[in-house]
Amino acid sequence: MTMGKDFEILEHTADVGIIAYGADLRQAFANAARGLFSLITELDDVEEVTYRDMELTASDEESLLVAWLNELVYRFGTEGIIFKRFDIIQLDNTHLKARAYGEKVDSSRHELKTEVKAATYHMLKVEKNDGFRVQVLFDI
Amino acid sequence: MAAPWQGVLRKIDDYRWEIPTSYKQGMTVPGLIFASEAMLAHIWEEQVFQQVANVAFLPGIVRNSLAMPDIHWGYGFPIGGVAATRVKDGVVSPGGVGFDINCGVRLVRTNLTEEEVRAKIERLVNELFLNIPSGVGSEGKIRASEKELDEVMVQGSRWAVEKGYGLAEDIIVTEESGCMKGAKPDKVSSRAKKRGIPQLGTLGSGNHFLEVGVVDELFDRKAARAMGIEEVGQVLLLIHTGSRGFGHQVCTDYVGLLGEAVKRYGISLPDRQLACAPISSPEGEDYLAAMACAANYAWTNRQFILHWARESFVKVFAKSQEELGMRQIYDVCHNIAKIEEYTIDGKKQKLCVHRKGATRAFPAGHPDIPDVYRNIGQPVLIPGDMGRFSYVALGTEAAIRETFGSTCHGAGRVQSRAAARRSLRGVDVARSLAARGITVKTGNMASLAEEASEAYKDVNEVVDITHKAGISLKVARTRPIGVVKG
Repeated sequence: MTMGKDFEILEHTADVGIIAYGADLRQAFANAARGLFSLITELDDVEEVTYRDMELTASDEESLLVAWLNELVYRFGTEGIIFKRFDIIQLDNTHLKARAYGEKVDSSRHELKTEVKAATYHMLKVEKNDGFRVQVLFDI
Repeated sequence: MAAPWQGVLRKIDDYRWEIPTSYKQGMTVPGLIFASEAMLAHIWEEQVFQQVANVAFLPGIVRNSLAMPDIHWGYGFPIGGVAATRVKDGVVSPGGVGFDINCGVRLVRTNLTEEEVRAKIERLVNELFLNIPSGVGSEGKIRASEKELDEVMVQGSRWAVEKGYGLAEDIIVTEESGCMKGAKPDKVSSRAKKRGIPQLGTLGSGNHFLEVGVVDELFDRKAARAMGIEEVGQVLLLIHTGSRGFGHQVCTDYVGLLGEAVKRYGISLPDRQLACAPISSPEGEDYLAAMACAANYAWTNRQFILHWARESFVKVFAKSQEELGMRQIYDVCHNIAKIEEYTIDGKKQKLCVHRKGATRAFPAGHPDIPDVYRNIGQPVLIPGDMGRFSYVALGTEAAIRETFGSTCHGAGRVQSRAAARRSLRGVDVARSLAARGITVKTGNMASLAEEASEAYKDVNEVVDITHKAGISLKVARTRPIGVVKG
């Protein structure tokens, strides 16, 4: 696994993706979520003033990753919250429980770069070697 | 040296390339790419023909998995792809429509000349920017109630017109008269509705824009006149947007649901994003009913934007809408699945035509096009990138025979957004556009670089292929003088 790197941007002609790493799957899921919001805005400008609890189920790990990121896209789209830190409280093949911390968009402090509209199943990967490596492509 | 695709692609003629079924086990029909030899290099490099081949796996697909010359790599389906499946025993795939359901283009004529508009272009572009909400997460001035959103989903454009946003005649010159039948709001999740309510009446971001363009060249004066395009130098307005977060959530929901259905119906697919279900199954029917809701949302959205654009012109030029002659020419959708009838092997068959980044292109005489265009054919609207040109074309009989009445939808990207950002800065792009006489207003300079001309194929080349192949015929070309980007 790649040390010292939480996530990297995956390039694609029309869209953009994320490859996230973690010593365990929980960390990889948290880093993927951070990668998602780093596409939307500069996370250094975001404070942790609120949090949301989320609980999700899906048929397998890969679908769960898509469902997790789509849940965050939905929260951003409907509540306008930019999340920057993620506690994955529980994670198994089909079930995820998490708390995400962040704040509402404040246009005076947050420059919104990209509108991420959805996580897709295309080129989707959850891999385990030394640690975990997950890959997901977004529709933007 | 032989081209790398030699032995893989079979050249039919200068504009048509076939991917034989032997290319990949599981293909049930050949792929057919419309492209010049010069364009193939990029298509090859991107391996986008792999995606064309994957679509040929879909149960019930007929004739060919098609690729228009603006094709580029998508997720699951390529963008610029067309696939028709038999209603009787074929599938519908939300990925074959795309996330932005009924992303489309609306074109409006004016009586104004380039000279008149250039004198006030800064003011006009600013006024459009202020009057039409745009940008990441933009929220609209319309705040529909849940009940009203249900009405939007069923009625489409008419809902906005009845509320005073636009003219009854706008609806006549909108594909499907701005209302797709079969919409069922109870097939749309509460999540999609929640995302849709605040975004109704917004342009959005990314590749969505408003373009004030000038007629640059006329190829078919008679057809142009029928559309109200009289002369070189005349100013037109182009609106490009779709169903916003509402359509995205519908697609997200149904890709998930149909991903499960794939297992139930024992369908084997080379890519999960191709998730699909039989058209006649409950899952397939539900998707089509929800998709129609999103299509109607998008038409309502463009109807609002047209109204505000007219208001902006009226204000800036201090003339009435009638004096300005701001009549809608046409409105097309380029991300959609439609049930249409074609003659296959001598028999009339109902097909579900998926157009993902492709424009319907029906010929003269087709019953589904409005009376005003019955003699010339359906107007096809093809936006290019913001620094070059856009086109108006006409549908043809050849399109019916070869591409299920479809043609290209735009220029097609060649450079990733990240690469465009690295190589270009938004301010430089704005400056270089200004030097070419194009005034740009955006709330997001960084995203401007992503949409620079350099990131796109030359739309001239794309439209030349479709013209020479005969699947749509050029009528007019416009060049931008003012652009509003989300």
